[in-house]
Amino acid sequence: MNWVLVPQAIITGILNGSVIGLIALGVVLIYKSSEIFNFSQGHLLMLGAFVTWWFAGASEDGNEIFNFPLGLAVLAAFLVALLIGFLIERIALRPMTGQPLLSIILMTLGLAQLIEGLVSIFFGIQPKSNFPAPIARTETFKIPFAFAFQGNIFIKKLLVIAFLVAVFGMILIVIFFKFSRVGLSMRATAEDHELARSIGINVPRIFGLSWAIAGIVATAGGVLLAMLTGASLSLSTVVLVAFPAILLGGLESLPGAIVGGIAVGLAQELVSTAKLIEIRNSSEIAPYVLLLIVLIIRPEGLFGQKRIERI
Amino acid sequence: MLKVNNIEVIYSDVILVLRGISLEVKEDQIVAILGANGAGKTTTLKAISGLLNAEEGAVTRGSIEMDGRRIDKLSAETIVRELGIVQVLEGRRLFQHLTVEENLVIGATARGHRGTMIDQDLERVYHYFPPLKQLRKRVSGYLSGGEQQMLVIGRGLMSRPSLLLLDEPSLGLAPLLVQEIFRVINQINEESGIPILLVEQNARLALEVADYAYVMETGRVVLNGPSEQLTENEDIKEFYLGLTQLGERKSYRDVKHYKRRKRWLG
Repeated sequence: MNWVLVPQAIITGILNGSVIGLIALGVVLIYKSSEIFNFSQGHLLMLGAFVTWWFAGASEDGNEIFNFPLGLAVLAAFLVALLIGFLIERIALRPMTGQPLLSIILMTLGLAQLIEGLVSIFFGIQPKSNFPAPIARTETFKIPFAFAFQGNIFIKKLLVIAFLVAVFGMILIVIFFKFSRVGLSMRATAEDHELARSIGINVPRIFGLSWAIAGIVATAGGVLLAMLTGASLSLSTVVLVAFPAILLGGLESLPGAIVGGIAVGLAQELVSTAKLIEIRNSSEIAPYVLLLIVLIIRPEGLFGQKRIERI
Repeated sequence: MLKVNNIEVIYSDVILVLRGISLEVKEDQIVAILGANGAGKTTTLKAISGLLNAEEGAVTRGSIEMDGRRIDKLSAETIVRELGIVQVLEGRRLFQHLTVEENLVIGATARGHRGTMIDQDLERVYHYFPPLKQLRKRVSGYLSGGEQQMLVIGRGLMSRPSLLLLDEPSLGLAPLLVQEIFRVINQINEESGIPILLVEQNARLALEVADYAYVMETGRVVLNGPSEQLTENEDIKEFYLGLTQLGERKSYRDVKHYKRRKRWLG
């Protein structure tokens, strides 16, 4: 281990982890209200990035319809995500009402393929490296730190922006769930659908809403990632890192998703700093190893709901 | 106000559960439905509250009317929100991970109530069930059975129901608690004037609080009348209340009531 690189890895890990946490949050949102594990979250994210890119008029082939500045393009993409969320509930989930949960979960896998197909038809399969960003990707903060490599830690400014946006988004969602009326209905629906219906909650609308919010969260995550790496179809694979974060934190816990995200980010950065050349792709395996250890000790995850058993 | 006319309910297109049930709940009344397990009592309640459609059940014949409006094709949400018919499900179903107060509040917000209305209704629930007030910040899944039963009835009240459907509020509770619950049910009906349709196995208590009662067997109403009248009925006394003439010697022959038990098959 090259110890002078560790401070740098810790900072980068936490910043990266917050974006992973935001992505994980989207999956938890849907799981909480409907017990559906959404495998298409990564594709929703990729779609959000492409839609934003499109609204920003970045295709630059001379016939772009919109030419919004980044902020407006993101808002437009949020609106699209909202509509898509309700659309998914209406045409994909509602006909599946009463079917086994597993069929619905597999349906989300199909949905992922559908989104990937549609995106490659509409936007092409080439990666878009010209994704608009508020500042250049190369700009960095230089923080003097005695124990770091050459006495400095370098942080990409974009990564800091991503971190701040992610944290802000998370706080917003946690407050929404804890204190708003709709948030309360969503938590109630998550526990018992029949009971929720019996007291007058419109359960299909709650499902639609949770998909819509998850779609917006995914879009936000997609934009943050695309600012750093550009938009491409392979953005969707980032969920493979978000999944261990979700399970680590506990499937139905919002703070768990955030903590899980940061833990995964840290694990990845630290392991890649260690440069374990004997193990290939060690930084991609690291989150799962960490997950395994946590699940052995706490099967419900760090903050997952324990089943309430009265004695 | 509520009229059920000769309804037939079929589950999964094949299982005939209700074969022509008719009943009526009038303003301010408590009406009880008695009967053995599998008689169709809960199904009747679910047909009224619209929860059947979630379980592949359907009202295939007859009609259900509330104040003259047909409701048997409406969704459960519409029936709660627009007509105020609220069913308290069997078995103390509550949102375990929510606190007591959240459980209550959601009963009101789900019907679209806001602000001060909710505070008033909370006070009303705490008035009927004082123990809940101390417990209001607790996670409801850890309450005792009696407290949970109070909570679910309270949640029903939070919707300001125009008709409350209670499914076996005595299930699994100690006798003293059952009496307490029934006393409050009676009090709610008298003070707030909310009509209540009550499904019960505890026939003695149910007949005590109810104004009118129906006895169901295998998907039909086999007996109905004002509860005083039913309490005097010989069959009810023997099969549902477990009473026989006091002071007389009983021979085993009399106990073999399956011979005398009326069957309404066919």
